[in-house]
Amino acid sequence: MNRCKSKVVLVTAGASSIGSMAARMLAAEGASVMVADPDVGAAERVAGLIGDSARHTQLSIANQSAWNSAAEATLHKFGNWNVLVNCEGFYCSGSIEDISLKNWHTLIETNVFGTMRGCRIAVNHFKLGGGSIINLSSVAGFVGGVDRCAYDSANGAVRLLTKSVALYCAERDYKVRCNSIHVGIAESLMAHSFLADLDMPEERPTIEDSSRPWVFQGEPTDVGHMIVYLASEESRIVTGAELVVDGGRTAK
Amino acid sequence: MSGKLENKVALVTGGASGFGRQSAIRLSECGALVCVSDINEDGGQETAKMLGTRGFFHKHDVTKQEGWKEVIGATLDRFSKLDILLNSAGVDHPKDNVEEPDDTVWRFILDVNLHGTFLGCRQVIPSMRRAGGGSIINLGSILGLKGDGGALAYCASKGGVRLLTKSIARYCGKEKNGIRCNAICPGYMLTGLLRKYLDTTNDKEDQHAKLASLHALGRLGDADDVANLVVYLASDDSRFITGAELLVDGGYTTM
Repeated sequence: MNRCKSKVVLVTAGASSIGSMAARMLAAEGASVMVADPDVGAAERVAGLIGDSARHTQLSIANQSAWNSAAEATLHKFGNWNVLVNCEGFYCSGSIEDISLKNWHTLIETNVFGTMRGCRIAVNHFKLGGGSIINLSSVAGFVGGVDRCAYDSANGAVRLLTKSVALYCAERDYKVRCNSIHVGIAESLMAHSFLADLDMPEERPTIEDSSRPWVFQGEPTDVGHMIVYLASEESRIVTGAELVVDGGRTAK
Repeated sequence: MSGKLENKVALVTGGASGFGRQSAIRLSECGALVCVSDINEDGGQETAKMLGTRGFFHKHDVTKQEGWKEVIGATLDRFSKLDILLNSAGVDHPKDNVEEPDDTVWRFILDVNLHGTFLGCRQVIPSMRRAGGGSIINLGSILGLKGDGGALAYCASKGGVRLLTKSIARYCGKEKNGIRCNAICPGYMLTGLLRKYLDTTNDKEDQHAKLASLHALGRLGDADDVANLVVYLASDDSRFITGAELLVDGGYTTM
């Protein structure tokens, strides 16, 4: 299949469950993939498992200079860059009263500012040749939780940040699309370590979690299919949209 | 109408101008005692003067945790309790877009609009809990629902406030502490800030008409439209409303 032929994709948290699945599925559709992850060893293993069409680099999204080098590395290895999958995020629980200031800051700095840093560098690179920015978010951008005030705030922020980027580019005829995917399972998956998913598929994290009523059944491939769609030209008219992959959670 | 907020005490941030000032005035007219806070001392003092003995000014930077402790302490010293918090301090910036490499603008907007609101909600809950309940009113925006290419951090901050509000509403609801938390999302309002912006353009009339045309009603609202909703959310009339996003946008989001 060649739905993503001629696409060069940088996936942040590329060694995470959703990130590594997205990298694998994009490569299977003909894309070249830069697997970027704070854990460079894990990124290398994921890229190695995917094969020739993948490379790896170290990237923590809250670090601007790391973004600059990851973008350069992508251009250097593949000669082009036109898709960004902003997958990295931090999760911590905590209500408005309980959360520590440190956790609040880390979460907003990573999930919102880090995502913005990715959008910013991508827009500056994509504006001439066009491209697609895919921001991974959660249904927490739609419904509040008792015990996750920073995570809710950050997802609400990413939802609107995405629309601002989409409209900015559309108004300037940049041919850069920007969309957000709202996953019902993201944070239960974020808590796991993910190479197991590549090596031992039977030991994939189970996503059903009755202690968290918003968690519905779903697998990283469900998110991966949406990422492939948004990376490909099939979604050429989709921008500024919120694509919900949550098994109906927010329809209630 | 008057007396609806008798014996209630309100803290209004961003009270030196715009929505904040007008809301402080309307809250006071309805019987509330008001602490007007702002980083702008002259404007804040002026608002407080309009309220007479029913209000006072306290200089306050919403981005600083210490500042929140002080302003809440000052309100409790003066009026013995706190029932209503209106988080109306907010900022924007002309260079707020995804291409500008300027972290300062981003941080400034997120700090005031999102972090400041977070700190205020967090600090005020214990006093409200002691009083048996209260109403927290956050200023969202239509740009927390719809995008704007020239308002990147602003959109992010208001999208954040929207969901922060819901999370707080759920937390307080679960605790049954009597505190409600809602967000008001105004459209473009003809406040001093917008007038000042229009004055800087060389086609003022056209710009005004263009903004007006974005609203189903074909005109802009004013600070009173927001203040009226503030009074409703502050009062017990809205006792079953929490975690809500109340649009006062002349139909902006219908288009």
